Amino acid sequence: MKQRGKFTKWLVFLALLHCAVAGAGFFAPYDPVEQDRGRPYLPPMRVHWVDAQGHFHLRPFFYPLRLREGSFDQYEEGTDAAVPVHFFTSGARYHLLGILPSRLHLFGGAGARICVLGSDAYGRDQLSRILFGGQVSLLAGLLGAGVTLLLGALIGLAAGYYGGWRDDLLMRVAELFLALPWLYLLFALRAFLPLSVGPLEAFLLVVIVIGMVGWARPARLIRGVVLSVKERDFVRAARGFGASDIYLLRRHILPETASVLLTQAVILVPQFVVAEMTLSFLGLGVPEPMSSWGNLLAALQQYSVLVSYWWMYLPALAIVPFFLGYLGLASALQERFGAYKIDEKSGRSRT
Amino acid sequence: MRKDRLSPRRGRTVILLLACASLLALSARGIPRQQQTNAKEELLAVPGEIGRPGGRLVVSLRAEPKTLNPLTAADTISREVIGAMQADLVHINRGTQLTEPALAKSWKISADGLRYTLTLREGLRFSDGHPLDADDVLFTFRVYLDENVHATQRDLLIAGGKPIAVRKVDAQTLVFQFAKPYGVEERLFDGLAILPRHLLEKPYHEGKLGQLWTPSTPPNEWAGLGPFRLKEYVAGQKLVLARNPYYWKMDLKGNRLPYLDELVFLFVPSADAQVLRFQSGETDLITRLGAENFSVLARQQSAYTMADAGPGLEYNFLFFNLNDLSEKSSAGLARKQKWFRDVKFRQAVSAAVDRDAIVRLVYQGRGAALWGPVTPGNRCWLDPSIAHSPRSLERARALLKEAGFSWPSASNGESTLVDSDGKPVEFSILTSSSSADRTKMATLIQDDLKQLGMHVQVVPLEFRSLIDRVTQTKEYEACLLGLASFDADPNSDLNVWLSSGGTHLWNPSQSRPGTPWEAEIDRLMEQQLATSGYEQRKKLYDRVQEILAENQPMIFLASPDILAGAKNSVANFHPAVLEPYALWNVEQLYFRNGTENARR
Repeated sequence: MKQRGKFTKWLVFLALLHCAVAGAGFFAPYDPVEQDRGRPYLPPMRVHWVDAQGHFHLRPFFYPLRLREGSFDQYEEGTDAAVPVHFFTSGARYHLLGILPSRLHLFGGAGARICVLGSDAYGRDQLSRILFGGQVSLLAGLLGAGVTLLLGALIGLAAGYYGGWRDDLLMRVAELFLALPWLYLLFALRAFLPLSVGPLEAFLLVVIVIGMVGWARPARLIRGVVLSVKERDFVRAARGFGASDIYLLRRHILPETASVLLTQAVILVPQFVVAEMTLSFLGLGVPEPMSSWGNLLAALQQYSVLVSYWWMYLPALAIVPFFLGYLGLASALQERFGAYKIDEKSGRSRT
Repeated sequence: MRKDRLSPRRGRTVILLLACASLLALSARGIPRQQQTNAKEELLAVPGEIGRPGGRLVVSLRAEPKTLNPLTAADTISREVIGAMQADLVHINRGTQLTEPALAKSWKISADGLRYTLTLREGLRFSDGHPLDADDVLFTFRVYLDENVHATQRDLLIAGGKPIAVRKVDAQTLVFQFAKPYGVEERLFDGLAILPRHLLEKPYHEGKLGQLWTPSTPPNEWAGLGPFRLKEYVAGQKLVLARNPYYWKMDLKGNRLPYLDELVFLFVPSADAQVLRFQSGETDLITRLGAENFSVLARQQSAYTMADAGPGLEYNFLFFNLNDLSEKSSAGLARKQKWFRDVKFRQAVSAAVDRDAIVRLVYQGRGAALWGPVTPGNRCWLDPSIAHSPRSLERARALLKEAGFSWPSASNGESTLVDSDGKPVEFSILTSSSSADRTKMATLIQDDLKQLGMHVQVVPLEFRSLIDRVTQTKEYEACLLGLASFDADPNSDLNVWLSSGGTHLWNPSQSRPGTPWEAEIDRLMEQQLATSGYEQRKKLYDRVQEILAENQPMIFLASPDILAGAKNSVANFHPAVLEPYALWNVEQLYFRNGTENARR
């Protein structure tokens, strides 16, 4: 029971995080590609409750930042005009989950932009970019993991179940895939593709590529499970009753691999998010002006950004709770399935 | 960061080091610095702060020089190193941008502009001590003009279709005879290193000249007339040059230059790593700084002398593919070319570009917006009558409307520009992936043009494949590039403006000019080449600039400032806007205190 509680806790935690990213349009105050050319590299603005005169305000507010005379990136707070925070305001147009058109935002500044996490080289709101960038990175991770598991499960099942030369062939191919220097392969692949790849094509490409290269490991794991399961009594019994291969695979063997598949999925998602970030970081992922966690971090390739604007690191921090969630879930799952296995050994029947 | 400028003129010669003048004191290891003046030596005295001898200056280079051979050096890095090791007959002072005597102490141009008489300085010696006379100069020009040598300088020495004839009058006097008046005049000699006949004659007759003088050449097989001579080369690490004890310049007090004992080039491939090396004190001087790194260093102002020399000669621009396409290229590109060929379309794009934002966001304000190829840094040739029209979306929309484009209202509220056939206007801009600055410009332009309803994609590409697409396969739609002239003179960009030129980027190497205005530019450029007299040439070149501004084959964007920094102890540090920026007066650089000697 205790494990179940832990499991649910992580699941809820992750679900909340994903909701925030999925509803980026609502939670982000601005359009992520909107430039504010007068204010590049704006540092995160401080939220105030008490104004310069010492009065307390119930509604939090910001003081607008102004460029210091003659400077490119040094700002100072102007305390003469406060920008109150308004909740559920109308702002930039967006499509919630890609379908629902809306203008409603969780918060926004009245009359001026408020950049809670600062802005980038073009004055684009960093918070909005992190949230929208999460959509790309997480979706790439999830879809990539899906593709990988599908491929891995099919190949693993086929290899484990049929055995013989088919097993040998598939496993040698899997080893080949494990040995491939896939980053360089990607560079080569990108060079062959047409020059201008639209944002959507680029995204799908990234997903397919990271999905294709990762199938070998889950395939080997699943093959191992299948090898042991297919010799179990209940499988032999079913075969004795004349069950077809397809029926056996579907009804008896595949369910046995569920625990491996699930844990693999939970481990693979963050791995593939990192893969997408690597690609985008190197400029092979989604193109500007779209954001993803990887190309947000790409700005840090420049030494001057590295030492001058600490808030450009924030996209790296954004991934921490997600990865924590996924890894927590993975260990909760493992404990749960581990416990289940003991139960099974003690003779309790499958439900 | 600014790695990938293309040389506008591959074959151009270029820049050598700087210099000025003369007198006694031999020196070098072992030889005492103060020595008897050779009565026959005519050293050139150069103005400047009087320095103190000694010390070792370390600077970083972003790559190893490919060669130390002036005949084959085509890349900036090799030229920068060669510049510190070789000298020319007449030199362009990088600070004043005017010519001054170098190995030739004086020159005369005949009234018809066809004959140049140069008199060599007395008592000149190569860095190995071998004396120089008119025969070395004769030999040098024979080599430069020999077709089999493939010297990069050769095309410069052909005036009016005929090579220059060089004749020796006596041991100190030479006559250069031209077939036609040559507009470049004595600037021609800048960067033409004079070669040692005693070392090179044999290899020349054996046809081995091209392979000679790599960085790993033993120092005793190498000789030059520049302030420094070859000392040591460690592959992948550094190139050490030692003071040339026979150098022909002195300071106003009569001390023989250069002051420094050694000049060390460290090979540090990335701009950021160069900044780190400079911050850690490993290098004494840093040039080719990007604006971002400049401001990082400027924040530690007290530790360094930072210099902003103002806009250099680099101009960045956007251009469209205006090539005549072969049949096999895609139909999509042919359709888009209908827009690109429309001058109103190009003018509209130009009007929509926010140049001030480019200067502010890309160069942090350390640069200049451009409306023509001549930057404000080029004081002599800038045409002040070119309009600096500010950004205007209204004007851009009006121009597009005149050209038959329209904006049907779309259902999603975003207006999309469509052409007269109803096709949406979309294209991609290539940039070099190694140039963060240019990619940034393209991202800004993308947003500017979105406001006109154009959908632009930015495609960062590795520099070499980008050049291949632009000049060879011609598979691109638009491209953002930068060019840096080596010299302020318009002839250094001849290859860019002549329709037959290989760097005529929007439609290179045409057999005949494709448009009337390109023909007009060809005519004006050739005319100025054969005209002597600055005033006349300026008038012709102004007209070229006006035609370019009107037809916008290139949409000029911005020019970055030349930024450099040095340790406070480095004196006579006066970066110029011409290459080699801070090293143009390397023979005058010195360390204020003696501690630098003991270091390392």
